[in-house]
Amino acid sequence: MTPRPNSTPEPVGASDPTPPISNECIPEPTLDVESGLRNTLDDKGSRVAHPNSASTTHTLRNRLRLRTVAVCTVFFVLLAALFTVTLLLGEAGLTAREVFEAFTGQAAPVVQFVVLELRLPRAAAAALVGVCLGVAGAVFQSVLRNPLASPDIIGVTSGAAAAGIVGVLIFRLSGLSLMAVVVLGGILAAAVVGLLAWRHGMQGFRLVLIGIGVAAVCTAITSYMMTKVELRDATVAYTWLTGSLASVQVGAVTVAAIGAAACLALLALSTRKLRALELGDDTATGLGFHVEQDRVIVLALAVVLTALAVGVAGPISFVALMAPHIARRLVGGTSLSLAASAAVGGALVSGADLLAQYAIPGQAFPVGVVTGALGAPYLAWLLSRSSSSRPGGNA
Amino acid sequence: MTSPHNATTRSLVAENVTLGYDGRTIVENLSLDVPAGKITVLVGPNACGKSTLLKGYSRLLAPTSGAVLLDGADINSLPSTQVARQLGLLPQTPIAPDSITVSDLVSRGRYPHQSWLRRSTAQDDQIVDDSLAAAGVLALAGRRVDELSGGQRQRVWIAMALAQQTDVLLLDEPTTYLDIAYQLEVLDLLMDLNRTRGTTIVMVLHELSLACRYADHLVAMHAGRIVAAGTPSDVVTADLVREVFGVEALVVPDAIAGTPSVVPFSRHHRPVAGQ
Repeated sequence: MTPRPNSTPEPVGASDPTPPISNECIPEPTLDVESGLRNTLDDKGSRVAHPNSASTTHTLRNRLRLRTVAVCTVFFVLLAALFTVTLLLGEAGLTAREVFEAFTGQAAPVVQFVVLELRLPRAAAAALVGVCLGVAGAVFQSVLRNPLASPDIIGVTSGAAAAGIVGVLIFRLSGLSLMAVVVLGGILAAAVVGLLAWRHGMQGFRLVLIGIGVAAVCTAITSYMMTKVELRDATVAYTWLTGSLASVQVGAVTVAAIGAAACLALLALSTRKLRALELGDDTATGLGFHVEQDRVIVLALAVVLTALAVGVAGPISFVALMAPHIARRLVGGTSLSLAASAAVGGALVSGADLLAQYAIPGQAFPVGVVTGALGAPYLAWLLSRSSSSRPGGNA
Repeated sequence: MTSPHNATTRSLVAENVTLGYDGRTIVENLSLDVPAGKITVLVGPNACGKSTLLKGYSRLLAPTSGAVLLDGADINSLPSTQVARQLGLLPQTPIAPDSITVSDLVSRGRYPHQSWLRRSTAQDDQIVDDSLAAAGVLALAGRRVDELSGGQRQRVWIAMALAQQTDVLLLDEPTTYLDIAYQLEVLDLLMDLNRTRGTTIVMVLHELSLACRYADHLVAMHAGRIVAAGTPSDVVTADLVREVFGVEALVVPDAIAGTPSVVPFSRHHRPVAGQ
């Protein structure tokens, strides 16, 4: 709140390889306000040349773009590296050459099976689930203007989980049919929350409160189911509830990837809507946006992304919360980067799954255990910082 | 794209509008022409309906009966983007996303002139630069909005409204929470905008004497009705202040501007006998 003197270094500038803006490229504030206004008066191309040929806004926009591209590149390269490592590691002890040959079709059938049916779906699922959760989290945090928001709060995760447990334990579903039930369960729970929260439009606060209520009902269903089944079934179900990539199947990953690609493309086209919604309903309306309609569209896309992620791997905790935060901190200076959130989310889940498989030799965990173990302290750290300063404050 | 600078032809009219929330009527059957190219200031006590009326003008609130007409067309049935190119809005407490920079925020004022096919051009960037300069915040372009002072932040929001290049600008209490220096700075900036570009300005203000200084057209409201409208010197009298605010006051000429200045009585401060 307090004004900072101009001499104070920019918080992001300290670790920023690009130099902070010097006074050379930014003119002092125009004292002659009237001439400043007249400049824009006849700006339709017939303006006299501006003293600074490259505009400040243009320079700053390019700097932000460069930084976003840099963060995305680093994390997508990291994601590719983790993906490759997931393909190379495993109990079968395959060599890099054998793994490569599996892709070209020259390897033995057993090797083909291990690489293409076991490792590849798992690596792809980790990347896919991370990307979906990262983007969905970014959308929720930005539209609800709450840095601690994630798709979990409007019941999509618990709805999907309850549907999954019912599907596994009562109907003995697996594979694609289980995924379909899970995805529909998540979307249904979110739709119920949305309809209950709708009263002359959808407000963030009411959405969150009703979401907590619906999530509690879904969790109760899940808990009830768990008390009613055999111990062996409960273990299987509980592993799924923690979020696990151990038993993903090619078909499910492929179907989810196609659905996710469509949602991601539509969200990419909605970036302007998201950036307007961030400014609050009144300002966004003033800028000509249809606030209620736009909000429903982007939230629905984020809900479907989340439901697909849960459908593939069960409810993996904290990724949707953490990934957009990390992306925002690294990109800096902007409030939303879907691409960076996607890259960070993908790398997070891929890295967490590798840790889950190999961190303790001979002891494999569900990936959700690792994201929970990493995410909970991160959330605590975030909260302890946001009480002393603004959330997302100076890095 | 429509040409943004033929301000004097733009008309904004409320015709028998009834406005309210959840069935509770705040403003009933009210008609008011906004004079084009002038500064109109809405004054009145809390809950008199002045902000509600402004919400009606800015299509944040659709009238339950009557209509707001922009150049003769119902503002709520015109395409929203088209309205946004002609009519800008600064809400009472605008929300800046965490860690957004000044130039990023002000750039979003160009959205009504863009689409997902047509993104920011060099011309857009130049307009944003000029808007930042006009509001005196170009040097802050790379700073984060959440680390600015209240006055700087308000000028940044005005810069965003300038970047929208509208002929009409509606502002709901643009000087709230600002100290006197910043209040004057913001009001002077708006007056510059009106005098140099001919932008029609409608704003809600609380400080009566400042309202009289800056208004070409003053509208006094009470209980959802317009009590008086006209030039400040025609409208503002001790009787009006009593009727609208329920406060006894002396109305004397502002020693600097010559416009009416309202000096209120209070329980502990009454005029000495004979004055």
